[in-house]
Amino acid sequence: MDFPIGTGADLAPELEPTDQADRAPPHLVVIGNGMAGCRAVEELIARDAGAYRVTIFGAEPHVNYNRIMLSPVLAGEKSFDDIIINGREWYDAHGIDLITSDPVVAIDRQARTVTSRSGRTVTYDKLLIATGSDPFIIPIPGKDLPGVISFRDMKDVDTMVAAAAAGGDAVVIGGGLLGLEAAHGLTLRGMKVTVIHLMPTLMERQLDEAAGWLLKSALEARGQTILTGADTAEIYGEGKVEGVRLKDGREIPASLVVMAVGIRPSVALARDCGLAVGRGIQVDDHMVTSDANVLAVGECVEHDGQVYGLVAPLWDMCRSLADGLVGKESPYKGSVTSTKLKVSGIDVFSAGDFSSGEGCEDIVLRDASRGIYKRVVLKEDRVIGAVLYGDTADGSWYFDLLKKGESVADLRDLLIYGQAYASGGALADPKAAVAALSDDAEICGCNGVSKGQVVACIEKGACSLDAVRSTCKASASCGSCTGLVETLLALQLGDEVQAGPKTMCKCTSFGHDDVRREIVAQNMRSIPEVMQKLHWSTPDGCSSCRPALNYYLLCALPGEYEDDQQSRYVNERLHANIQKDGTYSVVPRMWGGLTNPRELRAIADVVEKYNAPMVKVTGGQRLDIFGIRKEDLPAVWADLNAAGMVSGHAYGKSLRTVKTCVGSEWCRFGTQDSTGLGVKLERMTWGSWMPHKFKIAVSGCPRNCAEATIKDFGVVCVDSGYELHVGGNGGMKVRATDFLCKVGTEAEAMDTCAAFIQLYREEARYLERTAPWIERVGLEYIKARIVEDDLGREKLRARFLFSQQFSQADPWAERVAGAAAEQHQHWGEFRPVTLNPILEPAE
Amino acid sequence: MMITGDWIDVGALSAIPRRGARTVPVMGGEEIAVFRTGDDHVYALVNRCPHKGGPLSQGIVHGDTVACPLHNWRISLANGAAQGNDHGCTPTIPARIAAGRVLLDRAAMIAATLKVAA
Repeated sequence: MDFPIGTGADLAPELEPTDQADRAPPHLVVIGNGMAGCRAVEELIARDAGAYRVTIFGAEPHVNYNRIMLSPVLAGEKSFDDIIINGREWYDAHGIDLITSDPVVAIDRQARTVTSRSGRTVTYDKLLIATGSDPFIIPIPGKDLPGVISFRDMKDVDTMVAAAAAGGDAVVIGGGLLGLEAAHGLTLRGMKVTVIHLMPTLMERQLDEAAGWLLKSALEARGQTILTGADTAEIYGEGKVEGVRLKDGREIPASLVVMAVGIRPSVALARDCGLAVGRGIQVDDHMVTSDANVLAVGECVEHDGQVYGLVAPLWDMCRSLADGLVGKESPYKGSVTSTKLKVSGIDVFSAGDFSSGEGCEDIVLRDASRGIYKRVVLKEDRVIGAVLYGDTADGSWYFDLLKKGESVADLRDLLIYGQAYASGGALADPKAAVAALSDDAEICGCNGVSKGQVVACIEKGACSLDAVRSTCKASASCGSCTGLVETLLALQLGDEVQAGPKTMCKCTSFGHDDVRREIVAQNMRSIPEVMQKLHWSTPDGCSSCRPALNYYLLCALPGEYEDDQQSRYVNERLHANIQKDGTYSVVPRMWGGLTNPRELRAIADVVEKYNAPMVKVTGGQRLDIFGIRKEDLPAVWADLNAAGMVSGHAYGKSLRTVKTCVGSEWCRFGTQDSTGLGVKLERMTWGSWMPHKFKIAVSGCPRNCAEATIKDFGVVCVDSGYELHVGGNGGMKVRATDFLCKVGTEAEAMDTCAAFIQLYREEARYLERTAPWIERVGLEYIKARIVEDDLGREKLRARFLFSQQFSQADPWAERVAGAAAEQHQHWGEFRPVTLNPILEPAE
Repeated sequence: MMITGDWIDVGALSAIPRRGARTVPVMGGEEIAVFRTGDDHVYALVNRCPHKGGPLSQGIVHGDTVACPLHNWRISLANGAAQGNDHGCTPTIPARIAAGRVLLDRAAMIAATLKVAA
């Protein structure tokens, strides 16, 4: 494997040592490309970007990603790309050598070198060990069978996803945080999952018995089998795993076994080179090991007798480490941790100590009908622990009280009702509640950002949610703290907060972009779910937001989302254009504007058969048949289908038409086959739903007879290739296109078109044409995504083609076959003047 | 369609999609739109917007309001009145549900549809 290196090992011998000392910064080698190692480097760069030359060794083939977000990836709620913390460009920008898939296997402290598995030896001035932890594998027969895995890295997730795709049953050994998240993901992916847990209640280290029981019931209601007090005797199978046998003799068949019983600090390297190792690598308050030139950070260390298996302590450790490296005193003082379970729809929070010891008082609140359980543990009037189930909104408040360790005697009576009540009504205002949080209260758990850091970032000029996200990363991962960040913006800036986009409609306080982001982030799957989770103020929305939500869900979940017909405008519901008299017009598709005698005859026959009062050639080179009644539409479509024609989508927020000129086949000026390319583009793009209508044209030469420069996507052929133009509009406000790029082949023109459409589909707001969209985001942004980013363009194109698999079924043919008959047929007829006014119901 | 006394049974509630409508033409009169809301109430109105006559049955139903498909006027399903700054009213017909069937008031049905037609 080739990796850019240029490390000390290769270069040092060629340099004069004295010169090097003057010029080159010392070399920091980091073992471990995970969250701790990279965070430490980030912190160091933030303090003094040039202080060290950095080389990072990673055992995995990936760039730095957010390991705690593997659960949402397994659950299908996020993709790997979504959880990348630092992409290649970060390493490049800071001159960091990243060596992946090549773990360090030995450290020589005398020679100050490390050696990797592939035999690469690199010298260091400072070494940072950030090897994290290893999954604990119970030593039972069958533990090495194929199909037995842990849940630690992206490879494990890939294995689980593949196993789920193959179907079958899974056993998860371990009912702690990790095991339950694995079980949740596998359940969502369609496996029948059994969780085997040695202890009598789930997550016993974080939850008390009552909360554990609530959790168990909720998981069982989702179809998981939970066996508590169950001890695994062996994993059996011939050549691969076939099941798990418990000590009491029960057998549970399974094609996949996930072992998630715990983790252990990964200390082998440190121990082998003679560093002081207890349960973890022993470090001082600046993360320095027993060798002054070797540091260690993260889950692999033992500080003050403590080892940590959660992400939060890492942020503090990395701060102290980086301060130490630049000679600043800021000792790490250990961490108090809290836990949240990342299982969507089940809210669990716990922090501190809740094993009711001597002198402890419990305050408990239960609300069975809402499935809520809250318990706060006090000792000498101070909060020492909290367990919340069902309503975790006050988790960060209790955690803050716990960390501060101040007396809560004054709040005691109302404490359990949460911050809003306990603070005497003043804090019923959520703004005041956020204002009251201390500076070191954690706002963003995913990225370890405190309130003080968010405020500092706002004071330095971040005046919108996006600006905060791109600077201090708060709210940039799972988005669950977005409300908190917005409140902080409002508190800091008052009216100066860059008003994000306007709200979607009066039913919600969220803008289009927020709603779309949350739909994806929270993997929402239906309109009622969006309305529930985003606190819609109306029971079922309005005629503005429902079509928008329907589109956003359709776009986010191709092939999975069930279109809600009642959230479609009439034209899209009836697949025809309503006219002022309540009749409809029908436009069959003519690919690229081409037609033939059979199609023309079928259209002529329909016009006569249904007495259509008018037929008209449209601006998009199609024929429009007017005056058809809704109950006659299926019959009209049947006749058009019989002649090979499908819906022209002249009615939809979708691809309308591809207009062409005759091109090189006939025209003496034509430079390329514009009709042929037009037909290909229309075959690729028809049927796709979009934020608004979308028109394409292909002109065969710069005379531009197809008017391509007022279309959403226009192609102007020239001798040497194809000029691609975007964002034109011929409507109320005429706008000529912007020139996007020039390509040499039809295939490139098609690929660019697909990528552009997908970017528009994913990022424009509902009912926003390409012209205002491009004016809003800027042509440079479109170019950066479509022209300059080859990989990104290819991914957009692939997503477009994937979603097209599900949208290119002719809706007319479906209606002809009887779908949605209730949309067309009357509900019987009432004849009041006859003697016996009974009519035949049509249902 | 069954007629019992003053109520006409126009069909099963389940035949109308939630937040949707079905139409009942009336011989010699105006078409009637029978709406079903998200919380399973039924309303019957003449299928004609007071603004430009748009077929209300094809509008988007939200709460107990329908948005006309032609110009997005919002019409109250309960009393037929245009909402907001728009003025006008569509005749309504008393409707109720009994044993899963939708019943319309016969006299009101005739009166409402003939009044508009006249």
